[in-house]
Amino acid sequence: MTAVETFLHNEDIHSYLERNQRKELLRFLTCGSVDDGKSTLIGRLLHDTKTIYEDQLAAVRRDSVRHGTTGGEMDLALLTDGLKAEREQGITIDVAYRFFSTAKRKFIIADTPGHEQYTRNMATGASTCQLAIILVDARHGVLPQTRRHSFICSLLGIQHLVVTINKMDLVGYSEEKFNEIKAQYSEFAAKLDIRDIHFIPISALKGDNIVESSSYMPWYQSGPLLNHLETVHIASDRNLTDFRLPVQLVLRPNLNFRGFAGSIASGRIRVGDEVMILPSSRKTHVKSIVTADGELTEAQCPMPVVLTLAEELDISRGDVITDVENPPHFGHDFEANLVWLNEKPFNPDGSYLIKHGTRTAPTTLNIIHGIDVNTLESKAIDTLHLNEVARCEVSTTKPLAFDPYKRNRAAGAFIVIDRHTSNTVACGMILDQDLQSGPTDPWATVAGHAARAQSQITAQQRAERLAQKPGTILLTGLTGSGKATLAFELEKRLFELGKLPVVLHGLDLRRQIASDLGFSADDRSENLRRIGGIARILNDNGIIAICAVLAPLASVRQRVKKLLGADRYLEVYLSAPLEVCESRDHAGIYKLAEAGKIKVFPGISSPYEIPESPDLTLPTHELSVAESVNQIMRLLGERGWIA
Amino acid sequence: MPKAMTHLKELEAESIHIMREVAAEFERPVMLFSSGKDSSVMLHLALKAFYPGKPPFPFLHIDTTWDFKEVYAFRNQVVAKYGLNLLVHTNMDAIRAGINPFDSGSAKYTHNMNLQGLLQALKQHKFDAAFGGARREEEKSRAKERIFSFRDKHYQWDPKNQRPEMWNIYNARINPGESIRVFPLSNWTELDIWQYIFQEKIELCPLYFAAPRPVVRRDPQLIYVNDERYPLAAGEAPSVRHVRFRTLGCYPLTGAIESQADTLPKIIEEMLLFRQSERAGRAIDHDEQGSMEQKKREGYF
Repeated sequence: MTAVETFLHNEDIHSYLERNQRKELLRFLTCGSVDDGKSTLIGRLLHDTKTIYEDQLAAVRRDSVRHGTTGGEMDLALLTDGLKAEREQGITIDVAYRFFSTAKRKFIIADTPGHEQYTRNMATGASTCQLAIILVDARHGVLPQTRRHSFICSLLGIQHLVVTINKMDLVGYSEEKFNEIKAQYSEFAAKLDIRDIHFIPISALKGDNIVESSSYMPWYQSGPLLNHLETVHIASDRNLTDFRLPVQLVLRPNLNFRGFAGSIASGRIRVGDEVMILPSSRKTHVKSIVTADGELTEAQCPMPVVLTLAEELDISRGDVITDVENPPHFGHDFEANLVWLNEKPFNPDGSYLIKHGTRTAPTTLNIIHGIDVNTLESKAIDTLHLNEVARCEVSTTKPLAFDPYKRNRAAGAFIVIDRHTSNTVACGMILDQDLQSGPTDPWATVAGHAARAQSQITAQQRAERLAQKPGTILLTGLTGSGKATLAFELEKRLFELGKLPVVLHGLDLRRQIASDLGFSADDRSENLRRIGGIARILNDNGIIAICAVLAPLASVRQRVKKLLGADRYLEVYLSAPLEVCESRDHAGIYKLAEAGKIKVFPGISSPYEIPESPDLTLPTHELSVAESVNQIMRLLGERGWIA
Repeated sequence: MPKAMTHLKELEAESIHIMREVAAEFERPVMLFSSGKDSSVMLHLALKAFYPGKPPFPFLHIDTTWDFKEVYAFRNQVVAKYGLNLLVHTNMDAIRAGINPFDSGSAKYTHNMNLQGLLQALKQHKFDAAFGGARREEEKSRAKERIFSFRDKHYQWDPKNQRPEMWNIYNARINPGESIRVFPLSNWTELDIWQYIFQEKIELCPLYFAAPRPVVRRDPQLIYVNDERYPLAAGEAPSVRHVRFRTLGCYPLTGAIESQADTLPKIIEEMLLFRQSERAGRAIDHDEQGSMEQKKREGYF
C-alpha cells in the first residue's frame, strides 16, 4: 500500500482535502555534481514519496537495463536524467523543476545541472528558493566545489542549508567520518552569511535517512532528510516589516474606481496606514485593500492586491508604494554583487537596462573588483565573463526605491538586460549601502555619468575623436605647494600635444559653483563632491580633467576616486613641506590662519592627511615645474591615457 | 499576527503576478482557452488578477471542429457569464484539405489542426504574448520550460538560447516580430489544480465527472462516441459505460477512463490512487520518442 492508500484507508477524502488545504510551500535547490549522487537523491525523494506514476516508473525500469549504472537494478537517477543527453545536444538548461508533496508541505525542487555553467545555473535556481541541499561525498569530504556551492547560496540569500553527507554506506556508516566532515564544513561556513545549517548523514542510493531513519546509523538521532524538509521553520524568512509595493498596473474599470495593482514585495499593510509614493515622495493613506475574494483589512507579502488611496495622486507603473516610517533607499547609485549570466562578456561601452521591481531604467555598471567564487577573495578584473561574480557600482538614469538584498530580497534584487539583444545578461543583489549614503547624503545622488546611458555617442567614438583616454588627475597638497601652477603647466603641455584637457581650479570654483561653501570639513567634502561631479561629466565626454584642489581628507579623496572610477583617477601628491609652503605664502593666507582668522586651515588648525599610496609623489620644493610636469606626462603615458 | 500562506495561495499569488506583468508590458496579449480544467483555473486566476476590472485581453479557442460537444457548450456558457472577448480560430486550409483525426494519423492531424491553427491565429491578430496553461510537472520537456518562453519570428522555440529567469523579475523585452508564450501555471501540479478547483468552487466542463456515456474500445483506449461523425465498424454499436476524462482533447483521440467519480472529492480521491500519469491517456505524446520536445520547438504549447 502506498502512503496515500494507507491514508485514505484511515481517513476520508474530505478530511484529506481539508488538511491539504493548509499545506505550506517550500522551494529548495540541490547542489552537487553528477558524482555526488544528486540525481539519485532527487529520484529517491520522488520515488519514496510516491510521486512517480507507474508508466514513468516502467520507463525507468526499461532504461535501467539499457543505460543504468546499477547493474540492472532500478536506477533512480534516470528519473531526472533527461538532462545529460540535452547537455550533449547543447541545449541551455539552467534549471529543471521537480515537484512532490507530502501531507505537510508541497515541495518544488530546482534541479540545476552541469559543471561548467554551475554559477549561472545555481544562481537562477537559488533565486526562488528558501533552502539548499549541499551534497558532500563522504569519501571525499569538503571539496572546492562544496565551498563554491555554499558561497553561491549565501550570495543569493539562501537562509537554510542542509549539508547531506552522502554515500555513508561506502564509509561503513562511520560516525567519526560524519563528525569530521561536519567540523570541516562548519569551520569554512563561519565565513558565510547563512544562519541555519543542518547536517544529515545519508545514502541516497540505499535510502538511508532520506524518508525513513537509517537502521545503520543509530548514532544519528535528528531525523531523516524529509522530516527536516517538512518541519524547518520558514515562516519568518519573509520580511514582514518593510512595506513595499511596486505598482504593476493602474486599474480603472470605471470612472469611480482607481486602484493600484501589485504584489506586496515585503512587509504588510492595513487599511488606514499612511504610505509614501516614490519617486514623488507624496504621502497619503490606504483607503481600501481590494481583492476578488472581498476587501481586506490587512495584507502581507507576497499577496497580489489592489490598493485604493485616500487622495488622488499621480501614480503609474514603476512607482513604489512604501512605508513612511522606514522607507527604502531612494537614488540612482548603489553597489551590488553581480553574477554574469551571458556568453558575451560585460562591455563597459555596452548599453544596458536594469529591471528592478516593476521599473526598468538605462544603467551603467562599473566593476569595483571581482570575487573568486572558490575562495570568496577579491581579485582585480577588467571585465566580467559568464559565471563570474563581481562587486559593481550601479548607476541608473531613473532613481530606484531599493533595500539591501540581505535585508529585503524582493526589493534588493534586479536583472540586467542587454539593450541590443534584449537578453538577460546578469543578475544583481544590492549591497548594504555605506551608512552615510542615505538619501540625504549628496554623494549618493551624483548621477553625472548616468546620462551617458542615453547618449548616442560611445566612449570609444569620443576616444577616437580626441585621441586620448579620459580621466582625472587630482593634484593634492598644502596651500602653496604649487597645485595651480602645475595644473596650468600640465594643461598647456597636453594641449600642445593635441589633447583636450580642462583645469578645475579649486580657488576659482569657490568663487563660482562653491561660493556658498565655507571651509568646515563638511563644506570641503561638498566642494570636492561638486568638483568630482564636474570631472566625471568631463571624463564621460572624453575630456581629461586636472583638479588643483587641497583635498585634505583621505576619506573624501577616496570618495572622489569611487565617483570617478579607479581606472580613471590619478592621485598626485605635491609633498612640499609646511615650512616651504608657508614661505611661499603669496596671498598671506598662512598669516591669517596662524592669527586664528581662518578657523579651519589644513596643516595649521586641521589635519592634512598625507596620501598613503598616491599614484605619484612630487617633492615640489625640490623639483622644477618643468620636471614635475615631465613626471606626470610619463605617468600618463605609462597608464595609456596619452599615446 | 498574519497567518502563514498556504501553498495554494502562494501559487495563486505567483500566477496573478505573472499575468499582471504580461498585461502591463506587452502590447497584444491573448489567453488560450480550451475549456479544460487547467484553462478553467487560468481563467479564474485572470478574473482575480484584474478584479474589479476584466482581463484586459481576449481569449482564444483553437477550434479543431473535433472538440466534444460538451466542450463547446461549456465554452459558450463561460464566455456569456463573464462577458469575455472570445476569438475562435479554425485552420480552414486543413479542413479543405480533408485533414481529420481518423484518416490523417494523429501526428499529422495535430500538427495541422492544433499547431498550424494556433500559428495562423497568432499571426493574424499579431499577438505578442500568449498565455498557455501548461505545467512543468506534466511532461519531461516541460520541466525546464521558462515561465516567459521566447519565440522567434517563426514562433519557434530555441532551447539553445533561453534567457535565464531570476526571482519574479521577468524580462519582457522582445524584438519586433518576436513573441512569448507565458505559462502562469508552471509550478502547479495536477493535485494543486484539483485542490484549487475544489477550494475555489471553479466550474468545470461536465466531462470531468463520471456519467453513463456511449463508448467504443480502440485499444488501449475507450473512445466516447460524441457525435455521428465517429466511424463505427459494420455492426458495431457503442456500449454505455460510466466514464470520465482526466484531460480533454479532440474527442476521437482522447481516451476515457471507467469511473464512478461524479463529485470533486471522488475525482480527487481517484486521482490520488492513480498509478498512471495524466498524459498517458493522450495519443499525441506517444507518437514518437521525445515528441513533445519536437512539437514545442515547432511552436506547440
